[in-house]
Amino acid sequence: MRVVVDLTLCQGYAQCAFLAPESFKLSGEEALMYDPAPDDAQRERIMRAVAACPVRAIFTEPAPGADA
Amino acid sequence: MTAGPIAIVGAGLAGLRAAETLRREGYEGKLTVIGDEAHQPYDRPPLSKQVLTGWVASHHTTLPRLENLDDVDWELGHRAVGLDLAEKKIVLDDGRDVPYDRCLIATGVRARPWFNEAEAELDGMFVVHTTDDSRALRTRLAAKPKRVLVIGGGFTGSEVASVCRMLDIDVTLVELAPAPLSGALGGVIGAIAADMQRDAGVDLRTGVRVDAIEGDERGRVAGVRLSDGTHLDVDVVVVALGGIRNTEWLTGSRLAASALGIGCDAGCRAFDGNAIVTDDVFVAGDVARFPHPIYGYQMMTLEHWRNALIQAEIAAHNMISAEADRRPHVSVPWFWSIQF
Repeated sequence: MRVVVDLTLCQGYAQCAFLAPESFKLSGEEALMYDPAPDDAQRERIMRAVAACPVRAIFTEPAPGADA
Repeated sequence: MTAGPIAIVGAGLAGLRAAETLRREGYEGKLTVIGDEAHQPYDRPPLSKQVLTGWVASHHTTLPRLENLDDVDWELGHRAVGLDLAEKKIVLDDGRDVPYDRCLIATGVRARPWFNEAEAELDGMFVVHTTDDSRALRTRLAAKPKRVLVIGGGFTGSEVASVCRMLDIDVTLVELAPAPLSGALGGVIGAIAADMQRDAGVDLRTGVRVDAIEGDERGRVAGVRLSDGTHLDVDVVVVALGGIRNTEWLTGSRLAASALGIGCDAGCRAFDGNAIVTDDVFVAGDVARFPHPIYGYQMMTLEHWRNALIQAEIAAHNMISAEADRRPHVSVPWFWSIQF
């Protein structure tokens, strides 16, 4: 799946790094590094991270077959 | 709603976001996106960070599509070589025409190459702008070079130096200004950045230039000579001297296009060479030279990720809106960097 984070919105709350640690990592105390192409097996965790982000900075495309 | 067709020249972040915005706001007509790279629109910021460290593969930064764009005509791997304002068509490098009712120019910038062409041809010379650039440099960094020289201490150069230290590779950064990042952040913050770089083990040299890059008998980078007389043995050189705006293809088009960018109004409508605003040609992203209210309506370009995104949304909205519904591009310049 494809992911992009608007890092101008990201404030380093790190909810994503707790919920999907293989895909989102903090570099230092608040700079986010992420995998823009995580394996589809990560989708559920990624979607939890999308929902939990307090500033809604994480964007993904709909799952294949889902209504856009 | 205008029937179109609409053509977008440039398939980067701005081109993609504009296409999504057009569809989201109800434009259902013909939509063509032209891009000179063969790749689907991809994100560039990871190319100097996660990709160079080896965590993310270079071809894994394709941007998510936030709207269904399956019915877009993607002209990828084709360069636009001309714009005919009278005939309302874009000319592609293979001679075909793409007619438009409205068009958006989002051709961005390319990496400024090393000025000495013979030296630029040496094996071991890199820039970091495209996914292909990043893949090539990542391959070389993974082979553990003895020392990397980074020319230019802006965002890209400083991020490359940061990655080298993360990978425990010796790196020298040469910056002509008194401190890295001082162009964007000024001398005070630049001095703090200099301390951070040196603390992390970067051999930072400010106030000097690279006078010559030397190759060995097999055409590989072997060393560099600096303007203070120093000679360094290096096997990789990363040229990070900013970008050149992709506006040459508009020469002769009558648009206000130059090395400074393409002049446009706050609604992203392009100016012609007499500063008369067009109403069918729009501009967004790194090439857009627009009046910014925060800076007294000074004409400026902003080569930042969020500027490309917001400006593309505004441009796309205005392309399909009646005059009274048009919006100005007035967002505050924001940017980020991840280093050390």
